[in-house]
Amino acid sequence: MSSMLSRFLGDVGFQLTLAVQVVLRAGSSWRRRTLVADQLFQSGLKVVHVVLLVGLFIGMIVALQTGLELSRFGQQDQIGTIVALSMCREMGPFITATILAATVGSALAAELGTMAVSEELAALEVMSIDRISFLVMPRVLAAAIVCPMLTVLCDAIGIVGGGLIAQSQLNVGMSLYYDSVLESLNDRGLPFDLPKDVYTGLFKSFVFGIVLSVISCAAGVQATSGAMGVGNATRKAVRDSIIAIIVSNYFLSWMFFNT
Amino acid sequence: MSANDAAQRDVIIRYEDVHKAFGPKVVLAGFDLEVYRGEAFAIMGPSGTGKSVALRHVIGLLKPDSGVVTVDGNDMRTIERDKLRELRSRMGYVFQEAALLNWLSAGENVALPLRETTRLPDAEIREKVNAKLALVQVPDVYNKMPNELSGGMRKRVGLARALVTDPEIILYDEPTAGLDPEISSSINHLMRDLAQQLHVTSLIVTHHIGCVRTTADRVGLLDGGKLHYVSNPQEFIHSTEPRLVRFLGDKLD
Repeated sequence: MSSMLSRFLGDVGFQLTLAVQVVLRAGSSWRRRTLVADQLFQSGLKVVHVVLLVGLFIGMIVALQTGLELSRFGQQDQIGTIVALSMCREMGPFITATILAATVGSALAAELGTMAVSEELAALEVMSIDRISFLVMPRVLAAAIVCPMLTVLCDAIGIVGGGLIAQSQLNVGMSLYYDSVLESLNDRGLPFDLPKDVYTGLFKSFVFGIVLSVISCAAGVQATSGAMGVGNATRKAVRDSIIAIIVSNYFLSWMFFNT
Repeated sequence: MSANDAAQRDVIIRYEDVHKAFGPKVVLAGFDLEVYRGEAFAIMGPSGTGKSVALRHVIGLLKPDSGVVTVDGNDMRTIERDKLRELRSRMGYVFQEAALLNWLSAGENVALPLRETTRLPDAEIREKVNAKLALVQVPDVYNKMPNELSGGMRKRVGLARALVTDPEIILYDEPTAGLDPEISSSINHLMRDLAQQLHVTSLIVTHHIGCVRTTADRVGLLDGGKLHYVSNPQEFIHSTEPRLVRFLGDKLD
């Protein structure tokens, strides 16, 4: 039990140290723009279709499950509000981050893990090349940018999916549905001239992007023992990322919406 | 080189009573060695005896549990980060599997230390890279990706990367492991020629006697965490010490 605790604390300490080191090197992001752009492509464009597909069905599921209950009380015209708030506050950021953890996070851990066990990281060190600036920072920055961007798409397609269900299953007209969506997102909070539900969701996504990429990179660079070590690092990266996303999601929601 | 000659020469790498263990596994236990400036020293030994561990102490990838490793007078346990960076810029390290970054072309792998640690213009970097690729006899691979290269070519590119900063010391970790005899022989001759042309100090970890014969001025056997039977390759190969005979037996065949 105590060894598990010390291993957990060691992992968290390493991840926090890595995050701080990434922040300290953020100034070199312009110099690393080619690497960042490459990572944006790898972690963004390659998973857009997955986010769109999952987002569409999540919106449809939310609309169906809540709409059926609402229709029992004759309140099905509220479905736009529920779908919009669910997608923007929680489902969009969470689903996007989970997809990224499973796809991009696992790929980051496997890629850096393979580099670790094939001595490529050691080669960078003996060449006095800063591994954090060269490998980790561009990946974390790309994930922090991509996660909110994909969340916008996920939110939008989820709302569209909810609208399809509202019209086809709940007999709620499209114009009524979209009016209630827009009305529900009208709560403009400081400091941005954006609906609070949207920007808090995007802020969450930004944090999730950093969390999942730092955890995945940390797992990768610590990999040892050949192919098995890379497999373990990948599994650990996905598991820990999803747990960290859920835990941080609670605290961020509490921070923004606890009144 | 006679013992007297050796004593006169400048020691560039020194291990003094170095101990290193990984958990319960003791790897180095009182390892002593002096490598002279400009010589090629080979550390031989069975697999798993800590040859690569010994090598990694020289470039600061590992620190000894006790004992001292000095490189050009710098204690590698206490060396400051900036000094270590400067010292590493004077060393090249050839990894067993070449350790090329697989998302960069061969030429960009060789260019990497220059791009990252100097402010040289692109044209000059490219010129230096092409010169080093030509030196290791793979002049046409600049744009090839590592997975398009054979094992021997990857080793040569790894060697070019180690040479691109014009190092004074080159560390070779099993430079001919996994290569067929013909390619091994060509790599050995390349190492010997480079040492003669560039006057670098070479510390070579190998278990191939052919590599020692061709490249080394002196050789020692690492066994039980210590270095034994340090001598020139001829004496080493013809020694009648039972442990050495046992180790060399099948290799000489």
